[in-house]
Amino acid sequence: MSAAANALPRLLHGADPRGGAPLAAHLAHHGISSLFAVEPAWLVAEVERAGLHGRGGAAFPTATKLAVVGHRRRRAVVVGNGSEGEPASAKDAVLMAQAPHLVLDGLQLAAAAANAGEAILCVKDSLGEAQAALGRALRERDATGRDALPVRVVVVPDGYVTGEESALTHLLNGGRAVPTTTPPRPFERGVDGRPTLIQNVETLAHVALIARHGADWYRGLGTAAEPGTALVTLCGAVAKPGVREIALGTPLAALVQHGGGDLSRARGVLIGGYFGSWLDPRAAASATLDVASLRPLGASLGCGVVAVLPDDACPVAETARLVRWLAGESAGQCGPCVFGLAAIAEQLERLADPRAARRGKRDGGDPLARVRRWCGEIAGRGACRHPDGAVRLVASALRTFEADFEDHLRHGPCRGCALPPVLPLPDEPGALEAAA
Amino acid sequence: MSREEQHLRVDPIACEAHGLCAELLPERVRLDDWGYPIVDDRPLPPELVAHARRAAAACPTLALLLERRAIPSVGGRAAAEAQERASRNVRATQA
Amino acid sequence: MTILATAPSATWTLTRASGGVSLVLLTAAFALGIADVARWRSRSWPRFAIDALHRNLALMAVAFVVLHILTTVLDTFVHIGPLAAFVPFSNRYKELWLGLGAVSFDLLLALILTSMLRRRVGVRVWRAVHWSAYACWPVALLHAVGTGTDATRPWMLALALGSTAVVGAAVVARLMHGGFLGATGTRDRSPGALSR
Repeated sequence: MSAAANALPRLLHGADPRGGAPLAAHLAHHGISSLFAVEPAWLVAEVERAGLHGRGGAAFPTATKLAVVGHRRRRAVVVGNGSEGEPASAKDAVLMAQAPHLVLDGLQLAAAAANAGEAILCVKDSLGEAQAALGRALRERDATGRDALPVRVVVVPDGYVTGEESALTHLLNGGRAVPTTTPPRPFERGVDGRPTLIQNVETLAHVALIARHGADWYRGLGTAAEPGTALVTLCGAVAKPGVREIALGTPLAALVQHGGGDLSRARGVLIGGYFGSWLDPRAAASATLDVASLRPLGASLGCGVVAVLPDDACPVAETARLVRWLAGESAGQCGPCVFGLAAIAEQLERLADPRAARRGKRDGGDPLARVRRWCGEIAGRGACRHPDGAVRLVASALRTFEADFEDHLRHGPCRGCALPPVLPLPDEPGALEAAA
Repeated sequence: MSREEQHLRVDPIACEAHGLCAELLPERVRLDDWGYPIVDDRPLPPELVAHARRAAAACPTLALLLERRAIPSVGGRAAAEAQERASRNVRATQA
Repeated sequence: MTILATAPSATWTLTRASGGVSLVLLTAAFALGIADVARWRSRSWPRFAIDALHRNLALMAVAFVVLHILTTVLDTFVHIGPLAAFVPFSNRYKELWLGLGAVSFDLLLALILTSMLRRRVGVRVWRAVHWSAYACWPVALLHAVGTGTDATRPWMLALALGSTAVVGAAVVARLMHGGFLGATGTRDRSPGALSR
């Protein structure tokens, strides 16, 4: 069958934007595979051999997570994380809306591999299409008896930290969707006090394909160090924004070009998400989308967002806007995050916004040195990695666009500051539409 | 055979920036611009342990914690720190 | 102070005296507790000192209350058994006022025990019980004024009024400084409003 041919697309092969590929089409494209015939130990070993890492942003080895949860005494709970808190990312939305059966196959397989007695799929509230497609798919599966475990779909609120592991667990246990520090951790005792495995929906889709075609097939694309494919969301100054599937190690320039963008006319590229890092055009031109290339540049693929900033946009203004939004998305539980991110946002806004520059008292000293100090002090002191991500964004902006920041410090807002913003935020006109 | 070392840690959700910890253990705790503690993570020398206990007991919200961590004799500090970072990653992952 | 051989006996005098001292200590502990939660500090009075003084005064108050109870029980003029210290309104003599003393003592015991076992009971339980301090002190004052045979004597009146004034001032200062619930965390605090 065609899916076994080692070419792109894999996850999006047979994906149907009109309500999601129905079961028959899904099986025709990916192959008929019984979810009951898979031996859990074999699957964990195969996932390990394939070298699959999580696609939610933290890139933790998936086989390790499966094994850790599966070896606890009590039966586990498996949670598919489709909360997609990152505003610039649409990959999970697209995957759930267009290939729901692949995600659901992966959920069942992960449940088998992790000795789970319960399967939950969390979907962001605003993803109406995905919820509809998943609903239809589950009804089809019920009718054919495809699943070993019934799947409980839980709609979760929109929010940047909602998808954080402990926040999601807390929400599923009846609390607010905010991170917790109370031990034990979800993999020990999570939902209903049982060991809980939380996997991004894209990761689950990859598991479904590995179960069908094996680790060697999985490693047929991508690099030796980072095998496989990934979904990325291309946005910003590109003619054809949207979700695409790439083989890991693909040159960033090729992706941008494929999307109708031009790196030679870009101010910079934001990689990973709003908790990610900025690349200057020169670094972007030579970068490939894998750890080996991105880490030395201080970046990581994260949740697959690639946002191209046009050359007339102002990186200072865009960064200030993002940080202000991130500060507002704080769960509000930890002082360094609540006060630190707000303070950084305030300092950056004073560089980009003439009104902000006038308000408040003049603190004196060097605002950029102060922001750098705060970045160093805030990271690692929250209950979750939210402040760390925001700080990473700021620190990389200060590094990559140092000249721009100094310029704004000396001369105030630039012409680009007055232009409409490029990078999408929720509840704003022009928010990203999913388009595969 | 392994040694055990004491480390200070703050529960950031419980912490309400009362600041008693910084008063009682300035050698290891300083306050950031908003009154929240920045704790030195290094193992506590024996002469500071009693002061650290007092600081932890004095915290109005019991946010300051004294933790024992075993340092394996083989591999040493680098391995222990790597292990700690790895377990933090398992907790923090979203994927 | 001369101690007469016949009534008022030594124990009766001692019970009134220790009762008075208890009230003073309890008032001081209460006022410091209010200052503590309002995060009051100065250059020579860091938070840990206010906190420690509050705890120590509360413990001293307990010691004097225990003395007060012991001398009351031992005194033979009126029969008040040890149970009356713990079970409110169980004794005939001045049933209401004595009962208030028992209520206050029970609350004080709860405050002290939960504080000593704070790690075990957890901060939430400790905090909830600690709110009862706002009941413990006024009830103790009522007990002092109602039970005490010296209620109309100048020193007792001065004690009662003085204690009330101190606590009143502390409460007013707290309300003006940060509201009744005060600064309890990130959501209630605005940046810059620090107690540094």
